[in-house]
Amino acid sequence: MDTTEKILAHGEAGASSHQEGAEKAVVSAMFNDDDILMSSVKTLRAKGYTIHEVFTPFPVHGLDKAMGLKETRIAITGFFYGLLGLSTAIAMTYYMMVVDWPMNIGGKPSFSWIQNMPAFVPIMFELTVFFAAHLMVWTFFVRNGLFPGRKAMNPDPRTTDDMFLMEVELKGDRDQLIAVLKETGAVELH
Amino acid sequence: MHYESHIREPLILGDKNYHDVSVEVARPIETAPPRSWWIAFSISMLLFLWGIGNILYTIGTGIGTWGLNKTVGWAWDITNFVWWVGIGHAGTLISAVLLLFRQKWRMSINRSAEAMTIFAVIQAALFPGIHMGRIWLAYFVFPIPNQFGSLWVNFNSPLLWDVFAISTYFSVSVVFWYVGLIPDFAMLRDRAIKPVQKHVYTILSFGWGGKAKHWQRFEEVSLVLAGLATPLVLSVHTIVSMDFATSVIPGWHTTIFPPYFVAGAIFSGFAMVQTLLIILRKMFKMEHYITIQHIEMMNIVIMLTGSIVGVAYITELFIAWYSGVEYEQYAFLNRATGPYAWAYWSMMTCNVFSPQLMWVKKWRTNIMFTFSISIVVNIGMWFERFVIIVTSLHRDYLPSSWTMFSPTFVDIGIFIGTIGFFFVLFLLYARTFPVIAQAELKTILKSSGESQKKHHTEDGHH
Repeated sequence: MDTTEKILAHGEAGASSHQEGAEKAVVSAMFNDDDILMSSVKTLRAKGYTIHEVFTPFPVHGLDKAMGLKETRIAITGFFYGLLGLSTAIAMTYYMMVVDWPMNIGGKPSFSWIQNMPAFVPIMFELTVFFAAHLMVWTFFVRNGLFPGRKAMNPDPRTTDDMFLMEVELKGDRDQLIAVLKETGAVELH
Repeated sequence: MHYESHIREPLILGDKNYHDVSVEVARPIETAPPRSWWIAFSISMLLFLWGIGNILYTIGTGIGTWGLNKTVGWAWDITNFVWWVGIGHAGTLISAVLLLFRQKWRMSINRSAEAMTIFAVIQAALFPGIHMGRIWLAYFVFPIPNQFGSLWVNFNSPLLWDVFAISTYFSVSVVFWYVGLIPDFAMLRDRAIKPVQKHVYTILSFGWGGKAKHWQRFEEVSLVLAGLATPLVLSVHTIVSMDFATSVIPGWHTTIFPPYFVAGAIFSGFAMVQTLLIILRKMFKMEHYITIQHIEMMNIVIMLTGSIVGVAYITELFIAWYSGVEYEQYAFLNRATGPYAWAYWSMMTCNVFSPQLMWVKKWRTNIMFTFSISIVVNIGMWFERFVIIVTSLHRDYLPSSWTMFSPTFVDIGIFIGTIGFFFVLFLLYARTFPVIAQAELKTILKSSGESQKKHHTEDGHH
């Protein structure tokens, strides 16, 4: 999806019948089976086409790799959110139990944080999980642009049921692309 | 594509395609509920209302309305709290631990099991709340600056760890559940014809469209959340058990408590999942998705965790004797032979003896038998908590204050009310939410569907 391709595709936009955000000229093909979709994606990629988007009713394993998508880094963010949670727990227990109002509870005086640390392990663990889980899910929503009430992103409602919609960026001759799509098993073309 | 050995039983019965799965998952939402749903809902609602009345009476008058006395200061409320939290363990165990172990049979039951978890934790959280007496001061359990200057919560206290553990567990379970629900809400949204339904599911589905990149992130988030939820679920009941284990009451002060409580929690949680799913599959005709095989698998988990619980009971007895501490020895002798022996032996029968019947394949694949055992196990697990709490307290270090505990109608009413509340939530869920994780289930239709499997076998293996 580099800029030159975009411009190229834009130049030929008149030829396409379906447009995504009026930016790229794409051809949409509907499939009724995930295995056929996968082999079609592979064939198209081998022929040098760029898959703009695929809408599927369920996660099709290996589709991201076949489409050439980069690996997601969301798990890495989760790790750092966890570290943030751990630091928060340490800072909170240190400030509240040692600095601000140290108390001798049950003969366990709070002289230093490290001496009392074993009693704070549950809090440290829970806050690590709390931060990692919640912030990662928020990241998931933000990165995907998901929010309550957003209009459905899939152009065809059948793609959450049993159909698979592929949008291929138009490159070269449109009829040739359509022929490839038909050959690889597309049941509908737009 | 992934093929599965033909020796494995199919997980989805009947001749189905992807569309059939959508239709059948959406059916309870799109059609009027059966009469049995209305009957169950009405009964649950009545119990719930009775419970609300009793809770309001408690808050208005004070916890003197309960049967507590100065010796037995903790009784039904904490018993119910631990019981409900324990039940709340199976959902996350099924969706997280079985996801990490790649157990595909979890897929048709994890949604409902997680719903059960969330609803059970709501019931659990109610009890410490009302036991505080002054529920309007409940925010004191959080480390926030308050009107007394910098009087902070005590981070050394297991009761505070509990606040953090339960809040984290509840909120993480909710987001884990919700992330999984989004694609299924999207399916309902795209099928909806009635404008109100369409509108509601549009809001709930967050605009999900099933883009490839979104699925990639979805799967990564699910996996990481499962990885986080697995130690979390173990930590929750560990910390609940520390409410007891860090005290110096004979019968509570034992190091075996954390693993013993966790095993018991999984045991009771799976029993409650059985109870609910057997009702659900019948009421909404989900027999093709929640098969006898699923029920058998869960029965095996019940049998295993029931045996662990049995070993823990016996270990406790042995250690009490072996420790040589006469108070500890008396506490256990009193449990088995004292005035609460009936509770102890009910617990032993329900939790140690009854799951052993599951060794017989014919019985563990029988639905009526499973249903009755699931009820028996839940009764047994309630008695376990009652035995631990009340029998350890009622005869303390000072024989002149030895006493018995008897619940008042308020104790009983609140407990029954939470059962009603739990079923009200579950029955509403069953009619408005996709009760089966259909997007996930569609991924195994080709490898584990009955007709698809038969097809492979005919093609490939001869």
